[in-house]
Amino acid sequence: MTKLVGPFGDTRDDGKVQLSFTLPVDWSEAADEAARQLAGKMGFRDVQVVEGRPIASGFSFFVIYATTTQAVDVDGIVAPSAGAHAMSMEQIDALVHERVGRKVRVAGACIGTDAHTVGIDAILNMKGYKGDYGLERYHEFETHNLGSQVAVEELVRFTKERRIDALLASQAVTQKGSDIRNFTALSELLEAENVRDNVVLICGGPRVTNLLAGELGYDAGFGRGTLPSQVAAFIAVTLAERLRQGRPHW
Amino acid sequence: MDLRIDRRSVERCRDLAGAIVAPVEAFIAAHSTVSVERAVLRLLGVDGITPQEVPLPNAILDAVAPHERARGVALPFGKALAETGLEPAALGAEIAAGRCGLDQFATTPDAAARGALAGFVDRALDRIAARREERAAWLAELPQLPPPLLYVIVASGNIYEDRVAAVAAAEAGAQVIAVIRSTGQSLLDFVPFGPTTEGFGGTYATQANFAIMRAALDEASEKLGRYVMLTNYASGLCMPEIAVMAAFERLDMLLNDSMYGILFRDINMKRTFVDQHFSRTLNARAGIIINTGEDNYLTTADAVEQAPAVLASQFINEEFAHRAGLPDAQIGLGDAYEIDPDREDGFLYQVAQAQLAREIFPDAPLKYMPPTKHMTGDIFKGHLIDAMFNLTSVMTGQNIHLCGMPTEAIHTPFLGDRALSLENARYIMSTARHFGDEIALRPGGIIERRAHDVLASCEALLERVAAMGLMAAIEAALFADVSRVPEGGRGVDGVFERAADYWNPFEERRLALGRPG
Repeated sequence: MTKLVGPFGDTRDDGKVQLSFTLPVDWSEAADEAARQLAGKMGFRDVQVVEGRPIASGFSFFVIYATTTQAVDVDGIVAPSAGAHAMSMEQIDALVHERVGRKVRVAGACIGTDAHTVGIDAILNMKGYKGDYGLERYHEFETHNLGSQVAVEELVRFTKERRIDALLASQAVTQKGSDIRNFTALSELLEAENVRDNVVLICGGPRVTNLLAGELGYDAGFGRGTLPSQVAAFIAVTLAERLRQGRPHW
Repeated sequence: MDLRIDRRSVERCRDLAGAIVAPVEAFIAAHSTVSVERAVLRLLGVDGITPQEVPLPNAILDAVAPHERARGVALPFGKALAETGLEPAALGAEIAAGRCGLDQFATTPDAAARGALAGFVDRALDRIAARREERAAWLAELPQLPPPLLYVIVASGNIYEDRVAAVAAAEAGAQVIAVIRSTGQSLLDFVPFGPTTEGFGGTYATQANFAIMRAALDEASEKLGRYVMLTNYASGLCMPEIAVMAAFERLDMLLNDSMYGILFRDINMKRTFVDQHFSRTLNARAGIIINTGEDNYLTTADAVEQAPAVLASQFINEEFAHRAGLPDAQIGLGDAYEIDPDREDGFLYQVAQAQLAREIFPDAPLKYMPPTKHMTGDIFKGHLIDAMFNLTSVMTGQNIHLCGMPTEAIHTPFLGDRALSLENARYIMSTARHFGDEIALRPGGIIERRAHDVLASCEALLERVAAMGLMAAIEAALFADVSRVPEGGRGVDGVFERAADYWNPFEERRLALGRPG
């Protein structure tokens, strides 16, 4: 039995959405009408331009409420979370100690041109995030935080030199899709250098989902609100499992 | 508002900053860098690139032997001017084309070099003075709106696209436009040349790009009836050269921090100290307001814990700036609104810090940076946090206000994002314009106690730094939890000891004028 779900304004299935955008035209009543028609072409019905005004010469800004008739089957969607392994720092350290038998070498960086290290720092720095200690605090992890604006080539070079077990790439801010391009460049370079299978490859950032990570060739993706222990547990469990299966490693 | 701070503690902090900076100044006076020497060439009128696209100042300096370089590039260049009778730009082109070598004129007397250069030195200083007078005339004719001056960033990578965004932002209320640089430019040991249309996360700082944006903003200023300021970023490996370009193209502000490059870009500390000094002497001459980068302490570590480091850095930046001849009115000390929004009374702490800077640096045009660290994809909450930041700024009398974007954590701002952000700031700053004048802070209350604690901790931190020396303190990670060693970092190869007869004609001119302030 499928359960179709659409936007909820104040009543089930009313399909209400809000959107806003800028048009490169001077404001006029015709500009409001242009915005209304544009929303109609997007497939929305009952389009109301609730705000339309000039924001500079040649530019107008609009706020719109409208209705969509679209709906999706939520039950039919599979989007497994990578943060499913709930373990404490002590449990994770113990798991690594028993199943890996040496320290896990972790490297993380904000790749490409991104200088927003808040996310990667929250995961790696000793202090951690929301009372959950970062990976630097783990006894069984040897953690390298390479900081911001690290070139993909540099990160791969470091990975090979230090024989990194788990690689964390972060992207917070994007400009015309640069985050996806950078993530892709990293996984492709690891493939090209024949070391992709040697690392647990993880991406993170506010718009990253585990589903997206899979599409980009990563082992996992972590988004908003991720705790360091969720990432640590994924690394420990995945690495232990790979070793158990006798898969090639450094 | 009055925090009733301990004025003796403030004096003590200033004395400590003086004690911290004095030994560094001695180091600065005994050294030069490749970027300082390239700035001298740029001041003299050398510009352009070689057929291999090497900027001429780099090509010329690279051709000077190290022992000769230790005396400063002005002497060999001046000798060649004297012997060839060429103008600096033409001589630069000849050298670049390989038709002339500076080593040909080694036997020419120094006096001939000095004589040949004198007119060009005057010309450079006149050129800078003319830009400064132009700015004064613009401001007299088209005064700015009252502070906080609303400051926004454009960053498309394409200077012509940036121009459209900048003019739109000015029309929406922006009073200062920053063209953020292409990522990584701060680590280039040369300045790119010509107009540029591709960049990464920003647009290259080139003299041609400066001129394009200045012309667009001048036109917008005329139309709006108020002068719109332009700013860019000096910090990095080319601080002195960017200071020259900014002076020539009438930029009004420059990001110029005495320690940012060291801590946050891993640029060699000796390089940075020498470079920041010469670049700031040029900023002083040009009437350019520097903006310091204390906000970086807050984005990389906990904002509540880092408050004393921010204040300590402000004292140190002030001291370095004074020693470069900058008056208080040109020292835009930085701070940022970065306390975790989930923290109860976080707003009170922000007010305490902002007001503390206001009372300690009453004549400095304080630069206030928006929340970035705790901004998420929730643009609605982000807009609210920005509103509280705007309120803090207007009630504590900040001067240069970088508007926060609701989409801070999402993408480089859309044109519409800037308009929403400016509208937020204009609304809050109008509706609460004189709020700060109307309220008194409760003696012994949370805000006052916080300010007193921060000042006391800052004094203790400065005591430690003074006892160790600044370079050792940086190595010991006393700032931003980052450790840098004196011989480490980028650009260390470009630092060299001055020979006993080192000569920089522009430095000589400044010293002859005496130190302002």
